[in-house]
Amino acid sequence: MSGSLGRVAVALLRWGRGAGSGGLQGPGVRTAGSGGGGGGGSAEQLDALVKKDKVVVFLKGTPEKPQCGFSNAVVQILRLHGVRDYAAYNVLDDPQLRQGIKDYSNWPTIPQVFLNGEFVGGCDILLQMHQNGDLVEELRKLGIRSALLDEKKDQDSK
Amino acid sequence: MELSADYLREKLQRDLEAEHVEVEDTTPNRCASSFRVLVVSAKFEGKPLLQRHRLVNTCLAEELQHIHAFEQKTLTPEQWTREQQK
Repeated sequence: MSGSLGRVAVALLRWGRGAGSGGLQGPGVRTAGSGGGGGGGSAEQLDALVKKDKVVVFLKGTPEKPQCGFSNAVVQILRLHGVRDYAAYNVLDDPQLRQGIKDYSNWPTIPQVFLNGEFVGGCDILLQMHQNGDLVEELRKLGIRSALLDEKKDQDSK
Repeated sequence: MELSADYLREKLQRDLEAEHVEVEDTTPNRCASSFRVLVVSAKFEGKPLLQRHRLVNTCLAEELQHIHAFEQKTLTPEQWTREQQK
């Protein structure tokens, strides 16, 4: 447990340094706007939003500049697993989205993570899934190979 | 509304029939009212993480509106026993 937590912490530090120089954002990460028709708060709109991409996160801030420690942790966990292609929505840009997504998923806090259109949980749950191996399995179901698998293989072969 | 660690602990203990509850007021580390809780309850048995967290969220629905950051850990009595042996 402390091992993987430590890894997240290390990643946080790395990110902290990298963010200053700017433009470290992975090629696939889209900072999706909440616009496109204005006010993305209705259940139908949100339903479409969370189903549009395999991995969808709602954050305070953006992947390259999270505005909250918990949102940052979600970004870092995805990074550890090499998940680059995900849609991130910044709820701070849109009060309607901020409240709407809470109502939609019946979950009181941000960040929120959706896999394959299904609500997975917030930071605590993603972190525990990361620690107990469930996240690797859930990503595999989506056809995403976790980068941690390759890392492990490297270590095993040494 | 009173938002003390003691208040949250009592409420979780009562409503979730928890055998063990720890509540840490993490507000000093952050900018606004924040808590970290550990709840050990037989009610979590057979329930996935998401449902366990939902039980806690439901129990504290009113309080959570006034809490800025909330971390939780939800264990069954069996898991808690194992955790303590570590």
